[in-house]
Amino acid sequence: MRIIVPIKQVPETSAVRLDEQTGTMIREGVEAIVNPLDLYAIELAIQLREQLGGEVVSISMGPPKAATSLREAVAMGCDRGVLLSDKAFAGSDTWATSYVLSEAIRRIGVFDLVICGERATDGDTGQVGPGIAAFLNLPVVTYVAKVDSVDNGTCRVRRRVEDGYELLEASLPVVLTVVKEIANPRLPTLRGKQRAKAGDIPVWDAELLNLQAGQTGLSGSPTRVVKIFKPKLARRCEKLNALDEQGVELAADRCVEFLRERNLL
Amino acid sequence: MTAFQGVWILAEQSAGRVLRISHELLARGRELAQKRGTDLTAVLLGWNVCREDLQELIERGADRVVVMESPVLEHFLVEPAAAALAEIIRQYKPEILIAGATSTGRTLMPYVAVGIHTGLTADCTVLDIEAGTGNLLQTRPTIGGNVLATIKTQNDRPQMATVRPRSTRPAPRDPGRRGEIIRLQPPEDLPPGRIKRLGFVPDQDEHPLADADVAVAVGRGIKKGENIPLVQRLANSLGAALGATRDVVDRGWLSYPHQIGLSGQTITPKLYVGVGVSGSIQHLAGMQTSETIVAVNNDPDAPIFQVADLGIVGDLFEVVPVLTERIKQSRSSS
Ligand SMILES: Cc1cc2nc3c(=O)[nH]c(=O)nc-3n(C[C@H](O)[C@H](O)[C@H](O)COP(=O)(O)OP(=O)(O)OC[C@H]3O[C@@H](n4cnc5c(N)ncnc54)[C@H](O)[C@@H]3O)c2cc1C
Ligand SMILES: Nc1ncnc2c1ncn2[C@@H]1O[C@H](COP(=O)(O)O)[C@@H](O)[C@H]1O
Repeated sequence: MRIIVPIKQVPETSAVRLDEQTGTMIREGVEAIVNPLDLYAIELAIQLREQLGGEVVSISMGPPKAATSLREAVAMGCDRGVLLSDKAFAGSDTWATSYVLSEAIRRIGVFDLVICGERATDGDTGQVGPGIAAFLNLPVVTYVAKVDSVDNGTCRVRRRVEDGYELLEASLPVVLTVVKEIANPRLPTLRGKQRAKAGDIPVWDAELLNLQAGQTGLSGSPTRVVKIFKPKLARRCEKLNALDEQGVELAADRCVEFLRERNLL
Repeated sequence: MTAFQGVWILAEQSAGRVLRISHELLARGRELAQKRGTDLTAVLLGWNVCREDLQELIERGADRVVVMESPVLEHFLVEPAAAALAEIIRQYKPEILIAGATSTGRTLMPYVAVGIHTGLTADCTVLDIEAGTGNLLQTRPTIGGNVLATIKTQNDRPQMATVRPRSTRPAPRDPGRRGEIIRLQPPEDLPPGRIKRLGFVPDQDEHPLADADVAVAVGRGIKKGENIPLVQRLANSLGAALGATRDVVDRGWLSYPHQIGLSGQTITPKLYVGVGVSGSIQHLAGMQTSETIVAVNNDPDAPIFQVADLGIVGDLFEVVPVLTERIKQSRSSS
């Protein structure tokens, strides 16, 4: 059994600020972490390998420093990591990202499962998993909350939807995207950390992957960000001061009157 | 590119009944179609779809309904659905295609976008038409919701986007409105796909928040889980569903289905009342489109007041009991 887990290195989102003059993100000094939702994908992959044998390969497309995320994945228990890095990949949208990842997956060879996180906390689209599946011409099951079984070339899963769980059976190979319910991510072990430190993270670029020119990066991306801005909040607020007992009474009366004016009571 | 015309929305059905998200998308689509000076089409995949529901799509704003029915389209399975939708897109060439950011839309749309080579923008909060070019401007929160990005699909068609369920109210119904219903034969080689649906386990408890006309949200200002009943009573007096911020849910004071915001539910009630809620960008992302917003907070500079129509600056422990009483009185006297 071979399982491939695409993981993304993302900025620790709560720390990202916006340069309002230029409309660009200030990423300096912001810590880079493994997309928190990808830890669930790694955990599921390791659990399945523990049950069924085989190997877990983690891949990541990003700048050279994304290698640290792959080392973290290895420290958790992935067997190896491959970094997909090339200047030509910079600025890829979900279409181009899915393309690069799917070509890397093809190159790794025969596999049974690709397991993605539900979405990345920076881009927050959740589009890459289904995108990879489409490029590989494979079925995809999104929002997997539980894997009931993997055997005889199929897997049975529970898919979280708005009003319950779908019970689905997919033939392998298949792409899954998982939600938090799937597992509790383990912490890296000391031995894992040592292995991660000693191990090599190969870097694959566009040439090695034999990618078509113009299909990656900005030029290969159908979508383009044309503006980034801070949301403007705009409603005229009628403010009532309720700082003492009388203020509270008056504010409550006015609030009731206001709700009546708007036919809300 | 000029061969691509018209605004389309992806309607959804379950057990043959058209879902509410379809009507919300019609509200979005109607606005875009008007600005673009074109017509609005709803496309629906399913099996044994209720006829009145198709008519209702027209009464809620579709000029045309394109429906493809097949037993393999009864439940959403990505491969046959993607094959069917891609075929319809190739045939009709819509300029814009909008879907809900539902479990279906968020799976089908990226799968199709790759197949037909076009762009897709997830979870848009604002959709607009750019003056001059007629391009679709797709605005969405990004980087954990801290900023908004406007995105364009410049050279590929259709321009595709998903929008969150409940981020708009359904388009109103205009009984007797006329339009065309086109029934398409599924292609003969429509694949059943490599995924089989074995069953379905429905949720036990309901989540009344999403459907509520009135929602009262409680934030960390409540200080302790034991104080929640204070706000629950306010909610009861208004016949409202109770919601919460993530800080409240993370502390275990209320369960996750109560969470409103970027990583919780999006709601568009007629009335939202926030109690001890600061109004973080992430929370606002889930309730900003409420029709009327009332906030109680003891910090006059709390950001929630910037989106509120009525703001009460005061201690919630003083204000809420009095307000609850007044509302009860007012209701019983009317
Ligand atoms: C990626 C990401 C996703 C997130 N998703 C969500 C989400 O979906 N939903 C969400 O809500 N948050 C979300 N958050 C968290 C968000 O950033 C805020 O931390 C959260 O919304 C704050 O909740 P709060 O308003 O309850 O708490 P606080 O910000 O602590 O506000 C408490 C408010 O109560 C007021 N207060 C205190 N005491 C009183 C009193 N006695 N009387 C009246 N007022 C009082 C204070 O003035 C303050 O304004 C997300 C964050 C990130 C990074
Ligand atoms: N650059 C990347 N490298 C590796 N995996 C990625 C990358 N971007 C996205 N993914 C995978 O796709 C999932 C969804 O990401 P997104 O569509 O960007 O929200 C993530 O949880 C990852 O599993």
